[in-house]
Amino acid sequence: MLVSASTSQIAEVRDFVGHHAEAYGFSAEDVHDIKLAVDEAYTNVIKHAYKFDDTKKVQVKILTGEKEFTISLSDEGVAFDPSAYTEPNVAERIMLRKRGGVGVYLIHKLMDHVEYRNEGTHNEILMSKKR
Amino acid sequence: MSSFTINSRTSDSVDILELTGELDAHTASHLEDALKVLIDTNRHKIVVNFTQLAYISSAGLGVFMAYIEDVRALGGDIKLTNMSDKVYNVFDLLGFPTLYDILDTEEEALVKFTS
Repeated sequence: MLVSASTSQIAEVRDFVGHHAEAYGFSAEDVHDIKLAVDEAYTNVIKHAYKFDDTKKVQVKILTGEKEFTISLSDEGVAFDPSAYTEPNVAERIMLRKRGGVGVYLIHKLMDHVEYRNEGTHNEILMSKKR
Repeated sequence: MSSFTINSRTSDSVDILELTGELDAHTASHLEDALKVLIDTNRHKIVVNFTQLAYISSAGLGVFMAYIEDVRALGGDIKLTNMSDKVYNVFDLLGFPTLYDILDTEEEALVKFTS
C-alpha cells in the first residue's frame, strides 16, 4: 500500500499489516507486536524522514516466506543512520523531560531481524518475524 | 483513523483520566492537552485508568515521560492502573514498572494518594 506520511494514516497501516500477519498464522500476541513495530517505524518516517510533511508518501509492503514474515517501509526522505543509534536510557530521558526516542529500541525488541537499506534518496527498513 | 477518547472524573483531590481506544502518534496530543490542563490548574494527583485502552505506542508512553517529573516535583504523581497484559507489556519492555507506579486497580491508586 502507498500511504501519505500522516499520523492520520497510522491506524490504517497497522490494520493492513495486522490483517496480513493474522492470515500468515501469527498468534494474537505476535500480531500485536508486529503492528506496534510497524507503527513505530512509520511514525519515525513521518517525524524524522519527512519532518511532518504529509504530502510525502510511504510505501508499505509485505513479503512472506515459508518461515519468515517481513514488512518493508520505504521513503524518500532524510535517511536514518543506524550506526549513530544507541540504546536509550529511559530513566535519564524522563529526568530530562524528553519524550520518545524509544521507537527504534522497541522495533528491535519486538522483531527478530531489522535491516536498513539506503540507495541514493531511497530508504527502506525491513522488519522480520519468524513463525 | 485512530480512535481515542478521555473521560475525566474527580475523587476528592484526585483526578482520574479514563482512556478509551488507541493511543498513538495521532492521538497522543489529546492526552497531553488533558494532562497540561490538570498541571496548569495545580491538580497534581492524577490516576490514569487504562481499562478501555486497547493499544499504546511509544508516542503515548512519551506523554508520560514528558510530564512525570514536573508532577512529582509539585508533590503529586501520575499513577497508572488497570492495564491489559498487551498494554502493560509495552511499558514493561521500556522498563517503566521501576519508574512509574503501575497498579492493578484504580482503587489502589486512590488509597495510595489519600493515605
